[in-house]
Amino acid sequence: MLLAGGQGSRLGVLTDNAAKPAVSFGAKYRIIDFPLSNCTNSGIDTVGVLTQYQPLILNTHIGIGMPWDLDMNDGGVTVLPPYESVGSSEWYTGTANAIYQNFNYIEHYDPEYVLILSGDHIYKMDYQQMLDFHKEKNADITVACISVPLEEASRFGIMITDETDKITDFEEKPAKPRSTLASMGIYIFRWDVLKSTLEALKTQPNLDFGKHVLPYAKEHDRNLYAYEFSGYWKDVGTLQSYWEANMGLVDIVPEFNLYEEFWPIYTNNDLISPQYISKEAEVNRTIIGDGAEIYGKVHNSVISNHVRIGKNSYIHDSIIMRNAVIGDNCYLEKTIVADNVKIGNNVKIGVGPEVPNVFKPDIYANGIAVLGEGSIVPDNVSIGKNTAISGKTEEADYKDNCLASGEVLIKEGD
Amino acid sequence: MKALGIILAGGNNMRMGALAKTRAIAAIPVAGTYRCIDFALSNMTNSDIRKVAVLTQYNAKSLDDHLRSSKWWNFGRKKGGLYVFSPTLTANNSWWYKGTADAMWQNIDWLKQSHEPYVVIASCNGIYKLNFNKVIDYHIEKDADITIVCSEIQEDARRYGVVKFGEDGRITELLEKPVVAESNTVSCGIYVMRRRLLISLLEESAAEDKFDFVNDIIIRYMRTKKIYGYMLNSFWNGITNIETYYNTNMAFLQPEIRKFFFETEPRIFTRIEDRPPAKYNQNTHVKNSLVSVDCIVNGEVVNSLLFKGVYVGENTSIKDCIIMNDVFIGDNVHLERCIVESHSTILSGTSYLGEGEIQIIAEENSRYDV
Repeated sequence: MLLAGGQGSRLGVLTDNAAKPAVSFGAKYRIIDFPLSNCTNSGIDTVGVLTQYQPLILNTHIGIGMPWDLDMNDGGVTVLPPYESVGSSEWYTGTANAIYQNFNYIEHYDPEYVLILSGDHIYKMDYQQMLDFHKEKNADITVACISVPLEEASRFGIMITDETDKITDFEEKPAKPRSTLASMGIYIFRWDVLKSTLEALKTQPNLDFGKHVLPYAKEHDRNLYAYEFSGYWKDVGTLQSYWEANMGLVDIVPEFNLYEEFWPIYTNNDLISPQYISKEAEVNRTIIGDGAEIYGKVHNSVISNHVRIGKNSYIHDSIIMRNAVIGDNCYLEKTIVADNVKIGNNVKIGVGPEVPNVFKPDIYANGIAVLGEGSIVPDNVSIGKNTAISGKTEEADYKDNCLASGEVLIKEGD
Repeated sequence: MKALGIILAGGNNMRMGALAKTRAIAAIPVAGTYRCIDFALSNMTNSDIRKVAVLTQYNAKSLDDHLRSSKWWNFGRKKGGLYVFSPTLTANNSWWYKGTADAMWQNIDWLKQSHEPYVVIASCNGIYKLNFNKVIDYHIEKDADITIVCSEIQEDARRYGVVKFGEDGRITELLEKPVVAESNTVSCGIYVMRRRLLISLLEESAAEDKFDFVNDIIIRYMRTKKIYGYMLNSFWNGITNIETYYNTNMAFLQPEIRKFFFETEPRIFTRIEDRPPAKYNQNTHVKNSLVSVDCIVNGEVVNSLLFKGVYVGENTSIKDCIIMNDVFIGDNVHLERCIVESHSTILSGTSYLGEGEIQIIAEENSRYDV
């Protein structure tokens, strides 16, 4: 059961029109491709994807699941949105509530074990090994954990274990963590345990795995085990971590390697033509997706499928997503450009002094400029650092052709 | 569903030299990420031709692999689909396909059991986009028996079937690979006719021990059947030898050709392989080149095409080359005017400078010693 309904509000304008799992990543993927491909590569062929927030891109991306070999006669992928039923019509109010509302789906397959995944992490993991661990320990619930630096541990749900990996206690975002074992939000339940626990907790508002289900199970003497995962795992929940994870892909030998043949990442690839690098272009330390046309200079960047970069433009330390068009003579620095953005000629983005964002200083920080899906930027404008733009902006929206650092420009509607 | 499709993909071609050693022409990689047959197949599916037979024989392993699933071209529907016919032994026949007409005759039951009124027969070596419905409409309008799609070419026409037009688009003469070409109008190897006519012509030929579609049917019946030419005025290249293969690929470096094939609907489909994006490391120097998925580039690449999964080492220089799928090129290599065969491993320090003739390089070195 793949939880893909979250907005991911800390990604700012990137998730205005798409749920976080549908955000592009690594030149040709979307974030959800990683857990979905992990399922396929781990031999899990029945996957329910729970959607809620802005599901259009997600739905079209998943389709019948063909790219992940999940177009099965029996099982395969099923998209599970919230629904209305007799006497109730409720949105998914929490992670565990979403699973509770899809009891019938799971019951239909009558599994022995249920794997709960979240759709917003970048990693390669063999869930089969985790299941083997679960069986070997005779666990009721297994929580996948990763060791994090002590100073970061207070951002996570922390598991305290004994020498047999049995969870003895846990702390949700503790100020003084007693362990560095952080929950990855990946759980294996025995189906009967999950069923009875959710049944017991069904009236709990905003029913959540970390906050309610695990403590309840612990109180009722269930066997909880922590499965420690040691590979690459990245939460791309903030613009900074999203940017860093993308940038890591351009290293000579990246920490997260997309080029390993034994664990391919699948995606819905509707574009297949090669990319063109013109005679004026200069490209280094960059990964580029299919069908892109590069006429300018690109350095230290991630360029998605079907992006066009005009002559004399210089892009560095930036992420340009699908179908974006960047005009001639542009300069982009530390800029995240979402799908279908159109940038005119002579545009500068990510320039000027580092000023904290006036509206959401926690989200738009670290000098990153962000352009939301489908934005339009007119010719000759200059946009500062820690900025966000969304919508079809025109010259009149910019004071002296300029959006100062720390500003936000959001145009609603058409 | 006006028509059936037949793609003739069984032929060998000696003029393709080493490139045809291990694969049928239909399976030869083109333009970085495609294979030759993708163009005919995509044109069929884009023309709403839902039932297509691919006749294979020679060196079909690579082609079979490519066609293993028909879903990429949107076949695999409840009705119709993709049929791959290789020669089989039967009670009446123990021969391989003895020619293009014989290949169709050996599968005549498939033709007889279908209900579509027309048949579109296409060779597998054309790089083009064509809505076959337009040809069928023309065929009906002219009240033709057979319509041949023709194209005007710039180069020497002697390698093709050269056609001569009479009045009103009727073809009066077709000379297959003539010693002297009298015109630049050539047959694209694409034919439209009624299914029933094809069945009767195939049966007549088979009864007379004649096996070649062009010589024994088209040319033989030139006087008695109304054969018309449909001029294809957009891009068409037939891959017939190493030179045309090289030139066709290089044509994709022109923006208008890329726009025509990659950007303009309907699109050309191919098998999806789930490969990661292309990666450019520090100090790369890529100019006027096409680069495909899964390439890792360190050195210099100028006026060249890198097909899927090519690795280019440091200080390596590649100019005017076509590097086919999954080639590994070590450090300090110098290549000019070459076609490097798929899966080759070019050891560090190697140099191939093609002068005049385009060189074909196939080196099977151990990759992990370099």
